[in-house]
Amino acid sequence: MNIISLDPRVTRSHIDENTQEGIANPLEHFQTYEVFEQKKRGTHHIHVGSVHAPSAEMAVIFAKEQYSRRGQCVNLWVVKTADVFATEYEDSDIFDTISDKTYREPEAYKVIDRIQAFKERQKAN
Amino acid sequence: MYGNGYVDPENKITNSITANEDPIKLAEFESRIAAGDKIEPMDWMPAEYKKQLVRMIEQHAHSEIIGALPEGTWITRAPGFRRKLALMAKVQDEVGHGQLLYSAAETLGKSREAMTNDLITGKSKYSNVFNYPAKTWADSAVIAWLIDAGAIVNQLANSKGSYGPYCRALDRICAEESFHLKYGHDNVVFLATGTPVQRAMVQDALNRWWEPIMHFFGPPDKESIHSETLMRWKVKMGSNDDMRNMFLDMYVPKIWDLGLTLPDPNLHKNEETGRWEYTEPNWEVFKQVINGNGPCNKERLAVRRKAEENGRWVRKALAKPTEKYVTPLS
Repeated sequence: MNIISLDPRVTRSHIDENTQEGIANPLEHFQTYEVFEQKKRGTHHIHVGSVHAPSAEMAVIFAKEQYSRRGQCVNLWVVKTADVFATEYEDSDIFDTISDKTYREPEAYKVIDRIQAFKERQKAN
Repeated sequence: MYGNGYVDPENKITNSITANEDPIKLAEFESRIAAGDKIEPMDWMPAEYKKQLVRMIEQHAHSEIIGALPEGTWITRAPGFRRKLALMAKVQDEVGHGQLLYSAAETLGKSREAMTNDLITGKSKYSNVFNYPAKTWADSAVIAWLIDAGAIVNQLANSKGSYGPYCRALDRICAEESFHLKYGHDNVVFLATGTPVQRAMVQDALNRWWEPIMHFFGPPDKESIHSETLMRWKVKMGSNDDMRNMFLDMYVPKIWDLGLTLPDPNLHKNEETGRWEYTEPNWEVFKQVINGNGPCNKERLAVRRKAEENGRWVRKALAKPTEKYVTPLS
């Protein structure tokens, strides 16, 4: 029996209420691309999510619809998920800063004290 | 748009859900969550955590997709060009939310196609509220205002959950829902402050939608499957009754303020407890609708099947034989 709906478009489509169509095959919805958005010139591209697409060109079209419908965006990148090489969270200790890495930080360099001491010694002489 | 009103009778949460897990890894996992950290797809997680999240995010995604159908009904007949544009934008947002959520669920290893198939074969559930028809334009206004309001209450709570990809998707979704809420409120106010015919129309829609809205947050806490563990893992973020109470507190005064009534003579706020009291909606009806006997269950799934089938030739034309599937990263 075909569906009679409040929505005339549904009624017009003559859909059998027991239709068995529509089962998707593996990969029928394509592989994924990761999407990077730049909101403003001069800022970094930021990862915002992924889209399923058959090609990079289509991925850009879907990404524009999905992630840049409102608000500002000046540029989009898409990258095949399969091409992203990532670190493991289990290995995140590789990012730990050991205590004596302060030589990389500006705060580790305190010249004012030394200059003051030097000036006071000069005065005393 | 999503609430706790889906309840899957097949879903049995066992009492010993952590029995087979490595106790050291489990302790690390739980202390990470207790500290307010997010869990990411590549992290170790208990099997039950993964299972419950896939189920929940997937059902949320289905709800967005199916939820677009009753509202989409009114696009061609929305009164005026501006409302047509706004409704199209809203429906596009809902479908977009579905896409975001499917992606979040996919990070846990279930493919897009498998989720689509589970939806159209009736294996997965979606929010019960979408099995009701949107009979008039006022229904579309009430849905956009109050169902979206209910969804926001739920989604804001869930966005504080523990699974990173779900939280990130919800942050985006909540931002967009605020337009839906304002748009829906605007439509309801327009009708409620209009002619007697317009007022009667919106009152009629409210009367019919009140029970589904009360159902939307799921069965009362004493009846629902409740798990301390899921709360501790920040999978479930609040009890059904708390969410319902929060919604009533925010929106009943706004409804009454318009001189509209709600079809429950017992509905009032107990000033001593700060909680709303009401007649329990008929939970037998709720169960009936969830089990496929609602007014629109058949139509929703058949339309979704047909849409999937009608898009197939396009996907076929674009498909490349060399593609391989990789789980999305985040």
